[in-house]
Parts: sequence; structure tokens; C-alpha cells
Amino acid sequence: MNNGRYGEYGGQYISETLMNELLYLEEQYHHYMNDPDFVEELNTLLKEYAGRPSLLYYAKRMTEDLGGAKIYLKREDLNHTGAHKINNVLGQVLLAKKMGKTRVIAETGAGQHGVATATAAALLDMECEVFMGEVDTKRQALNVYRMELLGAKVHSVKSGTKTLKDAVNDAFRDWIARVHDTNYVIGSTMGPHPFPMIVRDFQAVISAEARQQFLEIEGKLPTAVIACVGGGSNAMGAFYNFIEDDEVKLIGCEAGGKGVDTPYNAAALTNGKIGIFHGMKSIFNQGDYGQIAPVYSVSAGLDYPGVGPEHAYLRDTGRAEYVPINDEEAVEAFEYLSRMEGIIPAIESAHAVAHAMKIAPTMDKDDIIMICLSGRGDKDVRSIAEYRGVELNE
Amino acid sequence: MSKIANAFKNGKAFIPFFTAGDPNIEKTVEYALAMEEAGCDLIEIGIPFSDPMAEGVVIQDANVRALKQNTTTDDVFDAIKAIREKSDIPIVFLTYINPVFFYGYERFFKKCNDLGIDGIISPDLPYEEKGEIADIARKYDVDIISLIAPTSKERIQKIASEATGYIYVVSSLGVTGMRSEIKTDLNAIIKDIRDVTDLPLAVGFGINTPKQASEIGGIADGVIVGSAIVKIIEEHGENAAEPLKEYVSSMKKACNE
Ligand SMILES: Cc1ncc(COP(=O)(O)O)c(C=O)c1O
Repeated sequence: MNNGRYGEYGGQYISETLMNELLYLEEQYHHYMNDPDFVEELNTLLKEYAGRPSLLYYAKRMTEDLGGAKIYLKREDLNHTGAHKINNVLGQVLLAKKMGKTRVIAETGAGQHGVATATAAALLDMECEVFMGEVDTKRQALNVYRMELLGAKVHSVKSGTKTLKDAVNDAFRDWIARVHDTNYVIGSTMGPHPFPMIVRDFQAVISAEARQQFLEIEGKLPTAVIACVGGGSNAMGAFYNFIEDDEVKLIGCEAGGKGVDTPYNAAALTNGKIGIFHGMKSIFNQGDYGQIAPVYSVSAGLDYPGVGPEHAYLRDTGRAEYVPINDEEAVEAFEYLSRMEGIIPAIESAHAVAHAMKIAPTMDKDDIIMICLSGRGDKDVRSIAEYRGVELNE
Repeated sequence: MSKIANAFKNGKAFIPFFTAGDPNIEKTVEYALAMEEAGCDLIEIGIPFSDPMAEGVVIQDANVRALKQNTTTDDVFDAIKAIREKSDIPIVFLTYINPVFFYGYERFFKKCNDLGIDGIISPDLPYEEKGEIADIARKYDVDIISLIAPTSKERIQKIASEATGYIYVVSSLGVTGMRSEIKTDLNAIIKDIRDVTDLPLAVGFGINTPKQASEIGGIADGVIVGSAIVKIIEEHGENAAEPLKEYVSSMKKACNE
């Protein structure tokens, strides 16, 4: 799995103008990952700033209520800024700084990656601009203000479908004009090589910790690891160190929206076809003639018409399985976890919770499920209230 | 030898770009023929795409207008067929790779061959990924036009040595769009390319005024203009033929002054 290929997927389908910069980024990435000082500095940030290691929490009430497999939550929601995104961002922004860049840019859907990037940029004293679809700036208005508080400039992207994929387009358009002083801190395991590899490596801390924690707490590995999949970064991070453990089932949950047999979903691995977009060969939701399709999900963070190339590969090889979870199931899981465990999950993560709720009762009491709780749900409270028709007064 | 070489036999070449299907596919045929009549030497025709990542707003908007008309790859082929009934001017497709991949490489390039398409430019298919289409394009006699950017540096050697048709020299960093000033040291890039190949060199990205065209004409073999052409179509809609002709003939003249 080198040269940026995962089977037939991956690659570097990008403008010539960016090619030297991508090659340089890859070279610098390897250089610094082999530099003990850099690794030490990053680990210190992860520990003392982001709050790692994250807890592996036994969800006792949920386990008893569902009456099957034992359920653990990998609490990425407890990281600083409230999601797994910070793991990747600290790595990438620190790398950008070492490379002598003075400015970072990012795309964001739910706003979590934008907030994380703005946070790391504040901490490491870098200029930061975030691209966010106009639709998302409305459904995640609080995160826009949060980014601004952190000193970032937020661009409301008005092209195309005005959501995550268009934010990615505009981030690339910005980068191509300012490669000399800017790094694009991409938010998921997607884009041209080396991004899917870099993001996966920085997120792999999730499964590295979890594997250790399971061996300490349970003396064995989990039966299944479940994570939601937008571009695929929290899932890749949660899967990565279990890939060689054949007995551990890996399950990714895609946004089924209003149903995978309606046009309103973002389930690329269920409904998509192979294609080449955003710098990578992978699986994309696309219409006739290869136009990228508009997608929909209640969750802004999963509202992306494709998936990272390594997930496409893990699906094809059968190592991982991918299932769609629709809006209603995710919202129910959002409410369920809040009530049962006193933990309000991100609506993205609720997709993973929903699948655990389906399969746990069918499993043995000796079985163990790990849910990657990728983020906390404060940002979603307003939109879930809206979904339920509850009016919140200002 | 493909027809592309002919484009560079008539002084410095002027190469307009526009997006097929904007404002509609019938006008694509009319505008191509009008620009040929006004003296352009080769035409780059864009296949509309939902997410033209390398494009500035002017060409992005043209893509949006074309897709609103439901312009499909097959419609674009039909337009080429209609153009070919009246003209054998060299034509090159500018297309993101996904619509080609989706259509099927074999099917797409066979069709290009049938209709006399001379080359293809794909802004998201750099040297490293050229293998996607290299064999099939060669089989069907379609030149892959390579892009060389201000950031290409030592990559120029390998890109230029394998290039076919002409080389598209990207004048500026960033996306397409009109620029008041070209800041890149084009002389240095052109010299580096000349050391490797004798293929014609056409410069594009940002060029829009006759003054710029005549400067570029002084150092390269051709001048490519996209956004300024598309802007004329945006402003004049279905009545753009005359203004396009005027602009093209002034630019063709400027290239050679
Ligand atoms: C909490 C949370 N989980 C998951 C995602 C989806 O991204 P990925 O698939 O890269 O983990 C997001 C994206 O915004 C998010 O905010």
C-alpha cells in the first residue's frame, strides 16, 4: 500500500501546479515522522493539550438494556474541541509550521474540523482561513462564530451545492494560488496522496490506544469496531490497528439520509460508483455522465458524496463492511445515548451508535463492541430539536 | 501527424477556450465556427463538469449554465459532429477526468477519433496519472496535451520529453481567470521547456488583453484565452457571435504584433 494506492484506489489526480507541493509534503511528512523531536512534540500536544489518551468507557446501562454484546465507547468526544478532528489537525498544523508555512486553510462540513484547525492555528500562531458551504454555515452557525473567536477567517462557499464538497473545491482553489506560504490541512482521509495516508496515520492513535486499553481491561480484543464514515477519518483511525486482527469485525456506518432508495442520502459505498474526484480514485455518488451528485444527510459532517480510498479498498477486500444508517435511526440513537448514558453524541457518531443498537442484541454476552464516539453533540442540539419539531426560543 | 501541428503554421496561434452548452449546445456549434472565421487556429472546448476545481468563477459559472441546460457528454459529441460538417479546425477537449472515466475510456476515445477530436487536456491528470489514458489515447490518435506550471521546476524535463501535440504553459499560480498582470518569469520556463522539446508552446491562464497577447506572442508559439471568451458569452448570451469574432480577430492580430 504505497505510492498512494490502496488497490486500484487513491492516487494523485490533481493540478500540475500542486504536484511539487504534494511531493514535498510527502517528503517532509516522512522526514518529521522519523524525527524523535517532532514525534515527542506532537505527543506532548496530544497529551497535554488535546487530553489524550481518550477514555475507553464501558456503557453499562446501554449494554444491559440491549441485552447482548458488551458495549464500549471510545470517547473521542472528550478531546479538546469535542471531536477526533484535533488528532489530525495538531499533526498537520505542527507539520506545516515545521515546513516554514505561515498560513493554513481547511474545509469544513459540520464545522468540527474548521474549529479544530482554527484552534491549532491559534495555538501554533498560524494564520487560518476556513472554507464552509453556505448551507452549513447556517445549520452550524455556532461553529462559525467559534472559528472567528479563535481568530480564523471563515469563507461562506456559494458555489455548487454549497456544502462540504464545494468547500473542498474552494480550499483547493485557494491553495493552488498560495502554495508557497500555505498548507491545506485536509479534514479527512481523502484527497490526493499523501493526504489519505497522513490523516489516517494521525488518526490511528484512536485504535492504537483502544487496542492497548482492551487488552488491559478485557484481556482480549473487541468482536466488532463500529464507526461513522464521512470522508472516513475517525473510522480509519478506529480500524487501522485492528486491520491485522482478523477476528475483529470492522464496520463503517454511512449516512443513509432519508433512505438509500431515495435521492436523499450520502451513502457512497452503498449507492456510489468508482470515479475520480477531489484528487483520488474512489467511490462517489454520481449521476449520469459522471457529474458528482448532490447528497443529503441530517448530519453535516457525513454530507459528502464520496469516501476515502482506503475504505473503498477495505470494502472490496471484504476486510470491512459498510452499512447505511438513515436520519431517523441516527436521531433515535442520539436521543438514546443521551438518556441511557448521559452522553450526548455528535449526530455523526450517532450513526455508529445506531448500528450498535441493531447488532448488539443479536450478539453473545462474551462479545464486545467498540463504538468510536467521534464527537460530542452540543453542536447538534438545535438541529435535532428542529428535526423533532421542538421550538427553541432565543 | 495530428492536425494540431497545422494550428501553429499560421504565425503565432490564437487559441480560444469555451465551455460547451453555454448558453446552449446549438450556440456551441455557431460560436466555434464564428471564431474559426475570425481567424483562431485551434479551439479548446470544455466538457461541463459539476465541480471544476481548477476554474475561477467565470468558467465555474459557465459550467453551471451548461449543466442547467442538461448538457451531456453525448450532446458535446453531437456538437462536434455538427462543427465537423463544416470545419476541420483542430479541436481539443478540456475535461476533468471523471466524465471521461465514467463514459469509459475506450468508448470516449473511439468517439473522439470518429469525430476528429485532436487532443485532450485534463487539469486533474498530472504526469504521474497519465497512464489512465495514455495507451488508449495513442491508439485512437488523440494527443494528450500536458500542462506545465510555474511550480513545475525539475518536473519540466520528464513532462516535456513525453509531451504530444503542444504544451500548455500555465502562466500563473491559481485558478483560471482574467489577470491584469502576469508575474511569472515565463522566459525562464519557456527556455527550460525548449531545452527538451520542439513542440509548440502555448501560454494560458489569465491572459485577456491584446497587449498581453502580443507580449506572449513574442516569447511563445500560441496564446490561450478562456475566461475572457467565456465572459463575452456570459454577457451576450445567444447573441455572442459578433462580439466573439471581433475579440478573436483583435487577439489573433495582437499575437503576431
Ligand atoms: C464528530 C464527527 N464525526 C465524524 C465526522 C465525519 O468525518 P470522518 O468520516 O472523516 O471521521 C465528522 C465530520 O465533520 C464529525 O464532526
